[in-house]
Amino acid sequence: MLAFLIRRITQSAVVLLVMSVLVFVGVYYIGNPIDILIAPDATPAEYARAVSEFGLDKPLWEQYFIFLKGALHGNFGNSFVYNEPALKIIFDRLPATLELAFTAMFMAVFLGIPLGMIAGIQHDNWIGRNIMRFSILGFSLPTFWVGLMLIIIFSVHLGWLPSGGRGEPVEFLGMHFSFLSWKGLSYLILPASNLALFKTSLAIRLSRAGVQENLQMDYVKFARAKGLSNTRIIGLHVMKNIMIPVVTVLGMEFGNLIAFAVVTETIFAWPGMGKLVIDSIGVLDRPIIVAYLLITVTMFILINLIVDIMYSVLDPRVRLGDER
Amino acid sequence: MKKKLLISFVIMASLVLGASIGMAKDLTIGLKGEPTSLDPHFHNVTQNNQMALWVFDKLILQDHHQKLYPGLAESWEPVSNTVWEFHLRKGVTFHDGSPFTAEDMKYTIERIPNVPNSPSSFSGAVGAITEVEIVDPYTVRIHTAEPAPLMPRNFASFTVVSKKAAEGKGTEDFNSGVACIGTGPYKLVEWARGDKIVYERNDDYWGVKPEWEKIIVRPISNDGTRVAALQAGDVDLINFVPPSDVKHLKAAKNIVLSQSPSTRLIYLHLDSDRDDSPMITDNDGNKIKNPLKDVRVRKAISKAINREAIAARIMDGLAIPAAQMLPAGYEGTSKTLKPEKYDPKAAKALLAEAGYPEGFKITIHGPNDRYVNDGDIAQAIAQMLTKVGIKTEVNTMPKAVYFGKASALEFSMMLLGWATDTGEHSNCVGALLHTYDKDKGFGAANRGRYSNPVVDEKLELALKTVDPAEHNKILIESVEAAMNDVGIVPIHFQVSVWGSKKGLAYNGRTDGYTLPHEIVSQ
Repeated sequence: MLAFLIRRITQSAVVLLVMSVLVFVGVYYIGNPIDILIAPDATPAEYARAVSEFGLDKPLWEQYFIFLKGALHGNFGNSFVYNEPALKIIFDRLPATLELAFTAMFMAVFLGIPLGMIAGIQHDNWIGRNIMRFSILGFSLPTFWVGLMLIIIFSVHLGWLPSGGRGEPVEFLGMHFSFLSWKGLSYLILPASNLALFKTSLAIRLSRAGVQENLQMDYVKFARAKGLSNTRIIGLHVMKNIMIPVVTVLGMEFGNLIAFAVVTETIFAWPGMGKLVIDSIGVLDRPIIVAYLLITVTMFILINLIVDIMYSVLDPRVRLGDER
Repeated sequence: MKKKLLISFVIMASLVLGASIGMAKDLTIGLKGEPTSLDPHFHNVTQNNQMALWVFDKLILQDHHQKLYPGLAESWEPVSNTVWEFHLRKGVTFHDGSPFTAEDMKYTIERIPNVPNSPSSFSGAVGAITEVEIVDPYTVRIHTAEPAPLMPRNFASFTVVSKKAAEGKGTEDFNSGVACIGTGPYKLVEWARGDKIVYERNDDYWGVKPEWEKIIVRPISNDGTRVAALQAGDVDLINFVPPSDVKHLKAAKNIVLSQSPSTRLIYLHLDSDRDDSPMITDNDGNKIKNPLKDVRVRKAISKAINREAIAARIMDGLAIPAAQMLPAGYEGTSKTLKPEKYDPKAAKALLAEAGYPEGFKITIHGPNDRYVNDGDIAQAIAQMLTKVGIKTEVNTMPKAVYFGKASALEFSMMLLGWATDTGEHSNCVGALLHTYDKDKGFGAANRGRYSNPVVDEKLELALKTVDPAEHNKILIESVEAAMNDVGIVPIHFQVSVWGSKKGLAYNGRTDGYTLPHEIVSQ
């Protein structure tokens, strides 16, 4: 286990380093942020002053090493646009994104897996078929369209739920959360449903396939022969077996939820970090872009690690040593 | 399952009830953009300058047509060619109760060029000042080395901060609210970045007391969501109603639209200085000498563009064909210039006269996420030019890529926009049409490198003429010289549209600002 962790961490450090070089060079080649940030009537002298203040007049490699030195001390530089540390700006936005992603994940797991199992057991009647129809829709409708439809139906026409924003998040442990109050929850429902739609469909498909496959297996037949109740067979034995692929896929998808909630965040004006990074790309705010991508990579690495560990818990035959 | 549904309906119903019991004198505004900072001197961009006016005052304010009127300065006049005297308003207090005096004005002027890491400062507005002389607590003399007729205009561009609250503080202290202490109509309460900004009324405001006790600003960048938020009643007023939504919002019973022409000019810059232009070839793809150097070709391009059609079809009527860089009525605008008439025949004749009877090939470049319908306008212009024989290709790109390339002179014909926030003509002539001159600070945005000695000479003379009538006269001559020479091809001015729920009225402003103290209930 320890050797496995050490190897994982070394690999991760290399990945992060390569990533930082790629992003740095990429943003450098897109263009000069000053061209977008500066007032259009600024004189050439002011332009030159802004360029040198941000260190953009230095050669690329020198800029990179200044960045690297800072990054090793946990300092990713100040945002060009906000003039505050990039990490602070991102972490200010992180709770909102995490809350949205966790709620969406919660919906996907607690709606998707049971629905999928029902669809798997009742695959030949109208319940199962309708569940599958729903999952096809969830897969194929574009997120932004569904988001706008949700707003038009539930906010504009019915007036039940707010159209966007975060309402009055409640402070808890120094961070702000919406799900702690009914009012906050009302702001969370639409964006979380929008974000959860695709993942729910995925969970339905995975668990349905798993149930159908497992129901054919000998251990189910044996358990039936032994006289175990259907609930127990499906709720315990089958459930345990279908969880392995579901955990793997949903684990990876959770990373995607956090990193790419941007469409939903933009449509619902949800103040998360996906929206932040899109705004930052728009103005080439390099410190934010680089810090954000490195945080994302770190997150994926961590999620992978957690998935691997959960895997070994669910199925003791899986070992973490990756001996070859 | 059924029980769950029932519970969720009960929750929703109670939410709806809860939401409808609101305070009567609160106002929620949905804005397209969010300020990058609440430090009014950190980043000179529209959305920051607009929000700065909620909390701070300028020495000289601009009305909704950008005419100057007294702010913290009650009056001002030149005492000599190089000295302006400002008389400050008495009895004005900052939000923390301390009085506003000449010290605050001096501190502000000295702070402006020294804000650390400012991506775009106001230093141009105060750059000419050599000394700020405090005569008495309410009289200030501004000394300059050269005559500075634009000083009042410059002083109408930045807001005044409190010396007591801001001294030794940085941009982050403005963002957190500690240093964000102004004399303006509203006090900052809270900024939850990306989510909302909350203001409360300054009951000691020296001017007309605003109607709203509390203002909540929600940044909603997505056009569809902003319109939906207004329709759903989540916000009371929005800015930047997209042209495509105007028709159906006009039909809605509970929504009122208001519109105002803006100073945002959409124009073409033509590469008119070098012999070899990167995006121009003859019809067979061979390099040719840059035809855009010839004024007849530039004029032909201007005549080939059907501005009325662009305004009507592409902008849904929300654009006004342009003849110069500011709409009629502004300082330094010519009364004789009229928008170029659409005349493809004359355009073809001019091209033939210039030696291009078969035309040539060119690429028009433009952004696709910067101005209203920018990509579509570029497409339309390309078709119109192709019709008169200039075979035009279109290449649009995100602004993050576009502006860098445009400044690096990689294009031959580019679609751009310019908003003259100062509300007078020398600002745009100096930046767009004066010969590029790094040392004198002219032509910073002259991406076509247009150059005309008459324009340069007149502009520089106007900038040294303090007498307002004389200044205006020379400035107009400079504008006319540039426009008759087609230094840029003006297309149209954008029209800004605000939407509000019924019962609210907002006049709109030519600078596009949304100011809560100008929103009134009917």
